[in-house]
Amino acid sequence: MKARVTVTLKAGILDPQGKAIEGALKSLGIAGVASVRQGKIFDIEIEGADRAKAESALKLAAEKLLANMVIENYRVELL
Amino acid sequence: MKSAVVVFPGINREHDMARALKFVSGKEPAMVWHADRELPKGTDLVVLPGGFSYGDYLRCGAIAARAPIMDAVRAHAAKGGLVLAVCNGFQIACEAGLLPGVLMRNARLKFICREVYLRIERSDTPFTRRYNAGDVIRVPVAHGEGNYIADEETIARLEDEGRVLFRYTTPDGKLDPAFNFNGATHAIAGILSEQRNVLGLMPHPENHVDPVVGPTDGRRLFESLISTLEAA
Repeated sequence: MKARVTVTLKAGILDPQGKAIEGALKSLGIAGVASVRQGKIFDIEIEGADRAKAESALKLAAEKLLANMVIENYRVELL
Repeated sequence: MKSAVVVFPGINREHDMARALKFVSGKEPAMVWHADRELPKGTDLVVLPGGFSYGDYLRCGAIAARAPIMDAVRAHAAKGGLVLAVCNGFQIACEAGLLPGVLMRNARLKFICREVYLRIERSDTPFTRRYNAGDVIRVPVAHGEGNYIADEETIARLEDEGRVLFRYTTPDGKLDPAFNFNGATHAIAGILSEQRNVLGLMPHPENHVDPVVGPTDGRRLFESLISTLEAA
């Protein structure tokens, strides 16, 4: 089973990398960019077909390692 | 002082640290591999050194913080044992839950390698008893992610409880945004744990202990630890 965990910075956490990307997009002349926040995507293959089990394993993975809960949020999707 | 320096893959400041410990205390530290599960018996001080553990993959210090040895380091800290976490070690300590907050990318996105000024906020700690509160010392930094942040409540608690031990200041100890080179909240360079036995700091006091390489402002940090342990 394929899954995706998306990790993003919490609102209010300054994201200097996102700001730099935003500046670069603006300097490329790409119109309409209001702001950019950078995050991470983890594509994960889960063994077995039990969706509930997969979801709880992915939540554990996100909270124990993939995201730093001080500054980041995460979202788990089973694809 | 019986010290143990934890070695993670990708760390590169462990020899500087071992040399400083030997230079000041006269005793060679034990080098402890990250995959070990126990610290040497009778360890007084655990050091998490600087470098780039796991190439800073995922987040700085994130993977090292989950290494097998870290349970032993947490147990050592929980029973009041001293832990000194420098640079990547500070990032690891935050990720491991030994210290609150997180070290974010420097505000101007640059890796900064130079000497900075630190004001010592208090001298009644195991790490600073050989300094005076208000002393300003010169020590090197070398990091890309040293911008300390935590939620407002945590920052307020650190301040109220006097757990901010070092701040980036001007040479005469004044706060100035131009000298807070990485953008850290309240110019925080180093903090203590609740029990005040774990210190995390971004600068490298271990590089300024020997007059052969210049200033020796970091030396008293190690002397403080030795005298704390002798007094115990």
